[in-house]
Amino acid sequence: MLRVHRLQTRFYTRGGVVRAVEDLSFTVDAGETLGIVGESGSGKSVAMYSLLGLIPSPPGRVDRGEALFAGRDLLRQPERALRAIRGREISMIFQDPMTALNPYLRVGTQVMEPVRIHDGMRPREARERAADALASVGIQDARRRMAMYPHEFSGGMRQRVMIAMALITRPRLLIADEPTTALDVTVQAQILALIKKQQADLGMAMVLITHDMGVIAEACDRVLVMYAGMVMESGPARDIFRKPLHPYTRALMRSRPALRGSGGELYAIPGLPPDLITPITGCPFAPRCDHARDVCREAACALRALEAEHHTACVRVIAGKL
Amino acid sequence: MSNALLRMDALKTHFPVRHGVVKAVDGVTLRLEAGETLGLVGESGCGKSTLARTVVRLERPTAGSIVFEGARLDQLEGEALRRVRPRLQMIFQDPYASLNPRRTVFDAIAEPMVAHRITPRREAAAAVFALMEQVGLARRYARKYPHEFSGGQRQRIAIARALSLRPRLLLADEPVSALDVSVQAQILNLLMRLRAEYNLSMVLISHDLAVVRHMARRIAVMYLGKIVEIGPADEVFHRPRHPYSRALVSAIPLVDADTEQRRTRIMLAGDPPSPLNPPQGCAFHPRCPYATAECAQTLPALQACGAEHKAACIRLDAIGNGS
Repeated sequence: MLRVHRLQTRFYTRGGVVRAVEDLSFTVDAGETLGIVGESGSGKSVAMYSLLGLIPSPPGRVDRGEALFAGRDLLRQPERALRAIRGREISMIFQDPMTALNPYLRVGTQVMEPVRIHDGMRPREARERAADALASVGIQDARRRMAMYPHEFSGGMRQRVMIAMALITRPRLLIADEPTTALDVTVQAQILALIKKQQADLGMAMVLITHDMGVIAEACDRVLVMYAGMVMESGPARDIFRKPLHPYTRALMRSRPALRGSGGELYAIPGLPPDLITPITGCPFAPRCDHARDVCREAACALRALEAEHHTACVRVIAGKL
Repeated sequence: MSNALLRMDALKTHFPVRHGVVKAVDGVTLRLEAGETLGLVGESGCGKSTLARTVVRLERPTAGSIVFEGARLDQLEGEALRRVRPRLQMIFQDPYASLNPRRTVFDAIAEPMVAHRITPRREAAAAVFALMEQVGLARRYARKYPHEFSGGQRQRIAIARALSLRPRLLLADEPVSALDVSVQAQILNLLMRLRAEYNLSMVLISHDLAVVRHMARRIAVMYLGKIVEIGPADEVFHRPRHPYSRALVSAIPLVDADTEQRRTRIMLAGDPPSPLNPPQGCAFHPRCPYATAECAQTLPALQACGAEHKAACIRLDAIGNGS
């Protein structure tokens, strides 16, 4: 469905060149969910915005790479062509539905906008489709609610509206950027279940961006672990949780308090995430890694498959030293 | 049990709004022993932050009492309140919003302790450097401004400033929610270390149940202004009694696939109701899978369901202990 090859996105600012995405390759198949996990500054959101032509330029620039979606390279489409793809074949859901919804427009108007614009649907028909879309995401009394404004909805309900709006055109790919981070856990569970159900109904591919390993475990088939604009590890979700093959992934999992915890000292990754302006030689995680040796600092290590579809970028794990 | 550091009795904090009253905190009774950490969990809008803000008197209680170190905090005003304030300090989710962007780190830490006459001005520099070292900030950062720091470092500054007043009680409102996972662990470890060194009592508010579970001895679960369950952390997590606590615990996404398969998820219908118009009877009954007609009528009181363990549900016996 989507094949991204060696994507590189940088921001040319007065303070220097910010290397947001250095080298990113992945694929997503129809009906599959790919999770991208990483901390702030790991490049996970910038990568997705790059695909959709949503990087503010200047200062941002996609310097390299290829993103094949249904035979077309998204990175080389003119703005007009991208506009026809965005919101129709590829939809996006953001973390904060309040900033993504227009506070001045009625909810119904916003939900039917994609089919009005992309499919040229007539108002009456679009209204029907919007009511169906809202009902399918569990909004009761959808017809009456369409006349309301976003502020009259709770956070969970707004996120449902966003989902209805993203799915109304029956996209082939959904990109969800921290879709449940602003929500309470009980509502998060509802929204994740809802997205999964809609995905199954439409046979859609999904890229789910999150910093929460729990959300990944719950909703994803495959996972990419990103750090400083690079992929540290990728593979089937189950394998990554059972047997992480990169010290960064292991450190991330160890630093979370366990629900059956002892209350003792937590494992804390030393140091801070790297400053993306200073060029990094070697593995970007090496300065914070307990297992780093000289070989790690000399040259960056390419991803290598150690097991079927389970890749790591750790030179020491590849050499069998860890 | 006379050594309670903090006691709240039938505490209410209501906010009048245009079309009624928001009962943010609505009859909370709690006690906190010296040196104890209590975790406070619940969904957004349940009143947990308002409760903490009322204890430090950033909000004025509408009814009920707060007793801290034997003094009626709810009745103090002016100079008397000012004298108590250093002894209970609060840290917030977003340390950037609580730091003055035009003050250096040094000033941010030095000013409160000089203003409250805890440290004489001429000794302030030594005290600031000592605090910075304790929270893991290098001395050379003293002349820098808040925007020059990462989120985790700013939270360290906020913690140093709170400690500079030598508090007995620290109220931490989502102290690590805005931080990356790798930094969260650093700050939680710091809080645990300082808690032991200063013999601090702590109220830890978080929507992240794993964080609370790790830090707190006892946990209180709030729903729409009321405590619906309170008990030892292990009990509340592994044998929650109130249907809401059960749903909350079961909704935590787990990394461990084996445990995931064994547990049953309780999926709640709908969103938390508006505190402006809370349901009659038990506020949770419209979303509760166990609710009966009586639940819509009767306001449940907290009742004992184990050692130190209480839950506010009239159907506790009927729904069993779920273990």
